[in-house]
Amino acid sequence: MNIIVLVKQVPDTSEVKINRETNTLIRDGVPSIINPFDMFAIEEALRLREKHGGKVTALTMGPPQAAEALKEAVSLGVDDVVLLSDRAFAGADTWATSYALSMGIRKIGQYDLVIAGKQAIDGDTAQVGPETADMLGIPFIAYIRKIEKVENDTMVVERMMDEGYDVVETSLPCLITVVKEINQPRVPSLKGKMKAKSLKVTAWSAKDVNADENKLGLKGSPTQVVRIFPPAPRGGREMLSGSVADQVAAVAKKLKEQSLI
Amino acid sequence: MSVKVKPDICTGCETCVSACPFGAIEMKDGKAVITDACTMCGACVEACQFQAIEKTIEATGPAKDLSAYKGVWVFAEQHKGSIASVSIELLGEGRKLADKKKAKLSAVLVGSGISSKAQELIAHGADAVYVCNDPALEHFNDDSYAAVLTALAQQHKPEIILAGATAIGRSFFPKVASTLYAGLTADCTMLDIDDATGHLHQTRPAFGGNIMATIVTPNHRPQMATVRHKVMKPAQRDDSRKGEIIDVKYTPSGPVRTKVLKTVDELTETVNICEADIIVAGGRGLGSRKNFLLLEELAKVLGGAVAATRGAVDEGWIPYSHQVGQTGKTVCPKLYIACGISGAIQHVAGMQSSETIVAINKDPDAPIFNVATYGIVGDVTEVLTEMIKKFREVRG
Repeated sequence: MNIIVLVKQVPDTSEVKINRETNTLIRDGVPSIINPFDMFAIEEALRLREKHGGKVTALTMGPPQAAEALKEAVSLGVDDVVLLSDRAFAGADTWATSYALSMGIRKIGQYDLVIAGKQAIDGDTAQVGPETADMLGIPFIAYIRKIEKVENDTMVVERMMDEGYDVVETSLPCLITVVKEINQPRVPSLKGKMKAKSLKVTAWSAKDVNADENKLGLKGSPTQVVRIFPPAPRGGREMLSGSVADQVAAVAKKLKEQSLI
Repeated sequence: MSVKVKPDICTGCETCVSACPFGAIEMKDGKAVITDACTMCGACVEACQFQAIEKTIEATGPAKDLSAYKGVWVFAEQHKGSIASVSIELLGEGRKLADKKKAKLSAVLVGSGISSKAQELIAHGADAVYVCNDPALEHFNDDSYAAVLTALAQQHKPEIILAGATAIGRSFFPKVASTLYAGLTADCTMLDIDDATGHLHQTRPAFGGNIMATIVTPNHRPQMATVRHKVMKPAQRDDSRKGEIIDVKYTPSGPVRTKVLKTVDELTETVNICEADIIVAGGRGLGSRKNFLLLEELAKVLGGAVAATRGAVDEGWIPYSHQVGQTGKTVCPKLYIACGISGAIQHVAGMQSSETIVAINKDPDAPIFNVATYGIVGDVTEVLTEMIKKFREVRG
């Protein structure tokens, strides 16, 4: 079973702090990590390989330093890596990113399954998975919490829904995105770390994957960011005081006044 | 489009370096330099006090004729025949956008045995409803739902299409946008029509809610967006409203490659937490499953729903479908009562847009108090027991 895992290098948003005076993000010292949801995708791919054989390839698009994310994937046990890196990819929205990734996947060639995390923690759009699947012409299923079985050219999975879950059967190849319930990611092995250390990551350019330049980067992106601003601060908070009964009575009065209870 | 620093004006103050959300500005010889990581968002242009950074917009390719695209559409999501509350809210917002554009508001209803629901959508503001009713559409399926909406959009060319940022909306909308080469913005919290250009301004949180970004789709149509629960206000229901109901035949665009074998609802109550007006939420600080039951009691008193942090879900106190936060659901109820929740950023990202937040924690320095409207410091079980008593009294 040949599996391609889509990974994204992201700033660790849980480390991002806001400078309250200037209302800007403090990025100093914020580490770059593999998108946490993609860690579940890598783990699931490795488990499928252990069960069914085959090969796992990690694919990312990003600046040259995104190679670090691919090295981490190798330290976890991924067999092969591909970095899409080219100035032509810069400024891509989810559509243009998906286009580039789909061209990268076509160049990788034969595959049975593509796995990605349910979304990236910096953008939180959850769009690149389904858009890439559409461009490849393969089925897509989101929010997978369990792969029940893989058999011949089909797979049965559990998909999280707002009210519960669905059991879904799909033909292969397909693209799935996974949630954290699916597994517990492993830690890198010493052997993996050694392999990652000596790994030379070669980058593929837009030309290498035969991409149409008009569909790449900012030029190929239907959406554009026109403004970035800090969220409106929440109104002043009120800390109550006194005994538990006093505090609860005070809150009850305020909530009642606002017709909230 | 490009963002450039004018080196002769740049004073080297570095304000733009910290203002850049993408870390794409470096200092070189005392001047700001924009690197390849730039997404051209323009945050630095606003931050620079010396007008030393300039954003220029060049035409990208030949201007496309966008005038053929008219009208606002709302994808009306239904679960087992009942319309999702977020779809009703979107009809309220869609009505406003359509009025501003002097255009028609239409709803698209997809499912099996759902035709009778079309009138409800008209009562909430739709001028027309496209109904695709077919037994093959009983369960949500990316292939078939996308096929219906894509074909309708290709035929009728709506200018704007909205859907709820639900599991369903977030799953199949990207497929439609991909096929149509349309712009799609996820999880919007604000929508507006730009007076000058007529484009849809779509504002959404990013970086775990640390910044807001406004996004436009200047040269592509339709402009598609998903919107979170409870953000938009529904229009008053008016059953005397008249509208057109258009039946649409379901024709799969190709083989449907996925099949739902079984659907399982696993909420402990009937309320989807995204739709609840009042949420009582608990974290590890509650200490035990037994104490967690106090939340359920309080929620019952208030007619609200119970939610939890990842920690409480990991303890097995409640199913994952009740989890709020970055790895769970994003909620914005009128009232959110956070009980024994420390306020980790991953949880706060999922609830900070709630209108009123009451936080209970024994530690007065717990970060949850930073987003609280009212803070109660005390033992959580003691406070909860008192609240159940007091709120029951208040509600009579």
